[in-house]
Amino acid sequence: MVKTRMMRLLRELKVYRASIATVILLIFLQSMANLYLPHLMQQIVDVGVLHGDTGYILNMGAWMLVVSIAGGICSILASYFAAKVAMHFGKDLRFRVFSKAESFTVHEFSKIGTASLITRTTNDIRQVALLINMMLRMMVMAPLTAIGGIVMAIVTDASMTWIIVIVLPILGFVIYLVLRQATKLFSVMQVKIDTLNRVLRERLMGIRVIRAFDRVRYESDRFTKANKDLTDTSIAVNRLLASMFPLVMLIVNLSTVMIIWFGGLKISEQQMPIGSLMAFIQYIMQILFSVLMLSMMSFMIPRASASATRIVEVLDTDTQVTDSPSAQDQLPAISKIKFDHVSFSFSQASQPALQDVSFEVNRGEVIAIIGGTGSGKSTLLNLLMRFMDVNAGSILLDGVDLRQIKQTTLRRMMGYVPQKAVLFSGTIADNIRFGQEEATIDEVRKALDIAQASEFVDVMTEQENAVITQGGTNVSGGQKQRLSIARALVRKPSVYLFDDSFSALDYQTDAKLRSALRHEIDDAIVFIVAQRVATIRDADRIIVLDDGVVQGIDTHHELMQTCKAYQEIVASQLSKEESA
Amino acid sequence: MNTSSSKSNQDNRPIFRNHGGFGGPVQKAKDFRGTLWRFSRYLYPHRWKLTIVFFAAIFSTVFNVFSPYVLGQAITSLFTGLYRYHGIGPHGVVLTTLSTNVLTLLGLYVLSSIFSFIQQYTMAGVAQKTVYVLRQQVDEKISRLALRYFDEHAHGDLLSRFINDFDIIANSLQQSLTQIITSTVSLVGVVIMMLTINVWMTLVIFVTLPLSVLATMFIAKRSQRYFKEQQRMLGTLNGHVEEMYTGHTVVRAFGQEERSIAEFEKMNEQLFSVEYKAQFISGVIMPVMGFIGNIGYVFVSVFGGYLIVHGSVGIGGITSFTQYTSQFSQPITQLASIANILQSTMASAERVFEILDEQEEIADPAEASVISDPKGRVALDRVAFSYKEDEPLIRDLSVEVQPGKTVAIVGPTGAGKTTLVNLLMRFYEVNDGRIQIDDADIATMRRGELRRYFGMVLQDTWLFHGTIRDNIAYGKENATMEEVKEAAKAAFADHFIQTLPEGYETMINEEATDLSAGQKQLLTIARAILADPLILLLDEATSSVDTRTELLVSEAMQKLRQNRTSFIIAHRLSTIRDADWILVMDHGRVIEQGTHLGLLEQKGFYEKLYNSQFSQGVLAEMA
Repeated sequence: MVKTRMMRLLRELKVYRASIATVILLIFLQSMANLYLPHLMQQIVDVGVLHGDTGYILNMGAWMLVVSIAGGICSILASYFAAKVAMHFGKDLRFRVFSKAESFTVHEFSKIGTASLITRTTNDIRQVALLINMMLRMMVMAPLTAIGGIVMAIVTDASMTWIIVIVLPILGFVIYLVLRQATKLFSVMQVKIDTLNRVLRERLMGIRVIRAFDRVRYESDRFTKANKDLTDTSIAVNRLLASMFPLVMLIVNLSTVMIIWFGGLKISEQQMPIGSLMAFIQYIMQILFSVLMLSMMSFMIPRASASATRIVEVLDTDTQVTDSPSAQDQLPAISKIKFDHVSFSFSQASQPALQDVSFEVNRGEVIAIIGGTGSGKSTLLNLLMRFMDVNAGSILLDGVDLRQIKQTTLRRMMGYVPQKAVLFSGTIADNIRFGQEEATIDEVRKALDIAQASEFVDVMTEQENAVITQGGTNVSGGQKQRLSIARALVRKPSVYLFDDSFSALDYQTDAKLRSALRHEIDDAIVFIVAQRVATIRDADRIIVLDDGVVQGIDTHHELMQTCKAYQEIVASQLSKEESA
Repeated sequence: MNTSSSKSNQDNRPIFRNHGGFGGPVQKAKDFRGTLWRFSRYLYPHRWKLTIVFFAAIFSTVFNVFSPYVLGQAITSLFTGLYRYHGIGPHGVVLTTLSTNVLTLLGLYVLSSIFSFIQQYTMAGVAQKTVYVLRQQVDEKISRLALRYFDEHAHGDLLSRFINDFDIIANSLQQSLTQIITSTVSLVGVVIMMLTINVWMTLVIFVTLPLSVLATMFIAKRSQRYFKEQQRMLGTLNGHVEEMYTGHTVVRAFGQEERSIAEFEKMNEQLFSVEYKAQFISGVIMPVMGFIGNIGYVFVSVFGGYLIVHGSVGIGGITSFTQYTSQFSQPITQLASIANILQSTMASAERVFEILDEQEEIADPAEASVISDPKGRVALDRVAFSYKEDEPLIRDLSVEVQPGKTVAIVGPTGAGKTTLVNLLMRFYEVNDGRIQIDDADIATMRRGELRRYFGMVLQDTWLFHGTIRDNIAYGKENATMEEVKEAAKAAFADHFIQTLPEGYETMINEEATDLSAGQKQLLTIARAILADPLILLLDEATSSVDTRTELLVSEAMQKLRQNRTSFIIAHRLSTIRDADWILVMDHGRVIEQGTHLGLLEQKGFYEKLYNSQFSQGVLAEMA
């Protein structure tokens, strides 16, 4: 499974086949050059030295120099193209993953997780690109050298190639055994490292509780055990590797000894010139070292293929919300929204997040939604913005089903203020214009005014052009929230969605803001999700949600009389609010 | 929490480490000699093993350095033998020399491998055991560190020291230490052997030496420049990705996907334009070194051939020299990078030692006082305390609480209400005055003993990786299943535990993500009930708990309080009104104390607090 995913990514390299073919050709030439050098040296010995022909030696030497330089140029060019192809591949892949992620719905996004998606887009892709760079150079080089070396060895003296035939599989087998064991031990070791770190992390986080219950000894025992475990495994891994290197070197060296002995016998019987023996030693070295290189490379594959799996997973996730080809891309101002027996459940959840929700809301109305955590408040807003599609029932905008409208068209009508205010790096004006790119500076200022943001923006030395750092770390939570409200206002949408947007504001600002909003957006439809009853008691209607089921839709006063769930919420907040 | 970031950093460790000065800057130790000296004390217990390693390293290298010479001898003897007995063919003499040489060679190879194995095998044990001891010491240190340390240091920092620094130390012990020996010996050995064979040829090889040094320097300089540029572009691109992903909902809600993608494409293009150059430059070192090696090989072949013709070198000299040139460059690059490796190892060791040098809690007294029949009276007598020397927080605070009574601690957020918890539990020591339980000064008690009298249910509910049962039983060693269930029932936790797939045996993962905040709190209450403490420290604050669980939590806390002396960081009006005594805190100080009615009459801070926050609340009138 994992392997196939890696292969799938690798198959996509075929777009770059021309460049890859160039790399392979260059590396082929380079390894030919490397293999040709011992042959020329052999000529120097067998012809030049034996006949005492200095001119010939110099002549061959010049040839060797030419071959070396040619090989050197080839290998440098190969590195260049390999790096370029690999990084180009990384660039293209990064673009695809990023574009894909941008098309995800909120749910698909959170299923993979923001942090994980960031890692996949950046680090994972880098790892794969770096591996491809290495592979292009080494993994191509190794088999070419091995095969070329064997050919040259046969040409030099066919009768001695049996040594290669014997040594090669032995070497391969030994490396295979050690690496297989080592890989196993490495993954065991990783588990033990994680355990040790977990034990330590728990100790740090629970330091007060551990000391309060006087369990320091017990925790230390847990740590010691984990530490011992890890140490034992680490020693085992390193000892295994300690045996591998000398063993491999011994096999390589013993093959030299065999060549000397059997070659020596042939030379003494004058069946082989001495230069061939010398060349032969070098061929076998090149062959065995390329095998060694190849097996070392295989060490790096598991990690990169884990990255590949994570990348492919993103590419394979298809977004569930798509525009139908006949979708409308024009939309007049919305004057009526109707939820018609709407149900929704997340794919793996046993209980629906929203169940049979029906209501209507008209232009100029404020509708509030209240309920505990996980009651489906935000889901309702998400459905309205088509961040997800309903499973049953329908949502109608002036009689048109939401799914018949293009997503961007639909959202152009909406002004959304999220629970957690998100700002982007750039000036304040940039951030406001995020809602409406063409907004004039006056429109921006007006939005800031209504959102009660002018009071702090105006005292900044650069006012609207003051720069917000990444994540908005240089403004307070309440200020962020007000800027994010201004961003929605500048859009002049026909539907406002406030997802618990007032909680970061102090009481005074909250009141001022809500009164300003009431004046400014009286011809829009306004949804307010809230936890605090105080924020929503003026709403035209309040929807009370509990576990995705509507418990009541009415005004505050009516609900206080009729709705038990609402009374419970009010009662619980009373005691909570008492002390704030 | 910082821990998650350090965890992911660990996952993101690059596969390819850069050796030999390519890439980022080297971490340096502040006091290299001091740290080295202190670190070497950890190696002292392994001195005999290290002696073995030392000699094994020397032997394996020496044998290794000798073998190309013998190889050359073998070839030369074949050649000369052949010449001398040209056409006559008494193979005997040739074969005898050959077999002697081959056997010598065989011996050298086998011995070199055996010693190399002994060296690495022994070193593996030494390296890992040294790190084991260090880790144990850090752990024991954590048990004794004053709590101040944990409050003032980010956990992530400590964890990353633990993970990365120990990794660096272990690796460096395993490889670099012995490399110093092997590289030095083989460098000297190779030069000597080459000179033995032929001085002129050695000089020719030395010609290629500056070539490789120059090439390395040239490439290293370039690569550092491109790497810096690459790192910068990578930072910009990662920043954009992070920003857009974090604000994904907003990006989509405002239809800005296309702009975000367009910006990404621009950055991606810029990154690529430096990235491939950086990768090329850092990757080209190998082909370039290979090329220089080949040039050396050409020199050896040509010049060697010339010398053989003139009779000053045996023919095997070419083979010997070929092998020596390839053995020559490796120790040079290794020795060049060892200085850097040592620096960063000592920097790591220094960071570990820093933890070991932190201030510890005052040791428990040898003859600790023990309360024979504890009643639960708590008395603070003229207590003074401050976290920082120049910012006195509590001055001259005296409170006496009779057994079974409740003290409510109130005040605005950030008033430092946990300071009292810190003092009572002796997480911090008072600066002046004393705190008594019954008639014993807590400073004269063993900390473990003292803390057993207390039960703590705080806002951050600490649960560990283990079953629910283990987590509840944490309050009492060897608790039976019945006792655990009993406690869970009393804490209203039994019901939700039963609904979990494996009931009490359900594993809780580290962040306990499957449980709601309220459920976690119920578990900690059950844990406190099982521990059956004399005195309670409770924090009423519940953040985003759903309505029903919150009612349960508050009911369970009330139950727990019966017949116990309690200190409550209070958030509910009813709790405050019913408390026997109220401590009002602001800016870390206890500014007023008394009963509810008494404090109202004082018309001070409490009265204002009470009026602004409790009675005038918008909600009160709605209800």
